[in-house]
Amino acid sequence: MYSEKVMELFMNPINAGKMENPDGVGEVGNPRCGDIMKIYLRIKDERIDDVSFETFGCASAIASSSMVTEMVKGLTIDEALAISNKDVVKALGGLPPQKIHCSLLAEEGIQAAIEDYRSKQRAKTEAKA
Amino acid sequence: MTERHVYMDHSATTAVDGAVLEAMLPYFSDRYGNPNSLHLWGREARKGVNAARDQVASLLGAESSEIIFTGGGSEADNLAIKGFTFTHREKGRHVITTAVEHHAVLDSFKWLKKEGFEITILPVDETGMVRISDLEGAMREDTILVSMMFANNEVGTIQPVAGAAKICRDRGVAFHVDGVQAVGHIPVDVRELGIDMLTMSAHKMYGPKGVGVLYVRNGVKLEPIVHGGGQEHGLRSGTENTAGIVGFGAAAELAARRLADGSIKEEVRLRDLLIDSVTTSIEDVFLTGHRTKRLPFHASISVGSLEGESMLLRLDAAGIGASSGSACTSGSLEPSYVLLAMGLSHEAAHGSLRLTLGKDTSEEDIVYVAENLKRVVTGLRALSPLWKNRG
Ligand code: FES
Repeated sequence: MYSEKVMELFMNPINAGKMENPDGVGEVGNPRCGDIMKIYLRIKDERIDDVSFETFGCASAIASSSMVTEMVKGLTIDEALAISNKDVVKALGGLPPQKIHCSLLAEEGIQAAIEDYRSKQRAKTEAKA
Repeated sequence: MTERHVYMDHSATTAVDGAVLEAMLPYFSDRYGNPNSLHLWGREARKGVNAARDQVASLLGAESSEIIFTGGGSEADNLAIKGFTFTHREKGRHVITTAVEHHAVLDSFKWLKKEGFEITILPVDETGMVRISDLEGAMREDTILVSMMFANNEVGTIQPVAGAAKICRDRGVAFHVDGVQAVGHIPVDVRELGIDMLTMSAHKMYGPKGVGVLYVRNGVKLEPIVHGGGQEHGLRSGTENTAGIVGFGAAAELAARRLADGSIKEEVRLRDLLIDSVTTSIEDVFLTGHRTKRLPFHASISVGSLEGESMLLRLDAAGIGASSGSACTSGSLEPSYVLLAMGLSHEAAHGSLRLTLGKDTSEEDIVYVAENLKRVVTGLRALSPLWKNRG
């Protein structure tokens, strides 16, 4: 039922694992099935220098996390924010209809991590000022 | 990448046994007659159906006239519940079942509710077992039927059927048992237990799919749900699925042999080996269901900080077939109602995994499954934010 790409990333996920001292962390949950995705970002000059994930969820959620981290790597923050779950689904070669919602976690995870980064930046500039 | 295949999903279905298949084959193109025909072809087919009826009856300690062949277990459940309540609806409008039944039973009860019946759904304890006192307390003057499964498909727990039967008998209430998971795997004697109606299914006991049985004790009146040519004492019209029925008979005979020759003891040994090795060798894993009052072939666990579908698919990649009650494996994204009824948290239900053995499962298979499960769990936990956050 899953595409080859999904199975490939599920079996051997890229960018998996916790990151030490990240610049931004986003944790999002799926209210429907209870799954959790955590995205870690390292930002350099407003670009995503490194990114990793941890996911408690189904194969589709794991593959979506891995895929989205691959997609945003090297992008500017604004470019990363423009990535939608549809882009993730497309890159995965499609997801079964009842599994589309898992890819939403990927989109929201990146957004939450960037939001976390930005609020930390704001706190820093405020502290300086 | 993998050579070894270990099917550990016998609660879902089993392979047709070689001898069963052999018994069935002539009925496709050689003895193909309609058992309702009077000529030679018809008589040959009728002989096959009659012999199968005897074989199934003997497995249950029933009379042959009490065996009704149906198109499967779900149909037999529907026939028992709808057929009985329709016939006896003037006597009372209250019916009782349990929270952990198969959908064939639960949804039939929901339908009864729409038809004006009052339904009571009994809770279960943390092992998935119904408390007899709850059943006793739920009984009313106008109760006409109790439906309870013999053993649960998800957690393997065996219900106190004999006790429930006695309570029903004392009050003159009919007692239906969904025995789909249990019959053929543990001794079931309908007379000794005092069961009025019993559902069984061939494909859960090394017979073919698409054929079930409803045992109906002589004297219990039912309205059919399939009307037509009046086959099966008028309770299930339609030309008999001759090959399937013959296969059911052969499967019943195989089951009787396995129950007598110590095969089941060996199955229990392997089941316990599996339960012990996964619960001791993998951190944060617990057994779901009752430890001892469980189906001989059934192991079910919950793995902390993990989700079932991901375990299933990684096991599948290692050639192992298992199942899970995780929300992510169900189309509805709801976790298993059975596990929730037992008081398991959503997270524990999420990490549920069912491994059900078969008659050909070997000790090497068990070792292979335990090793691979450990590997899969370790691999997935490395990805799980819940596991890491435990510190
Ligand atoms: S995350 Fe639960 S279904 Fe995909």
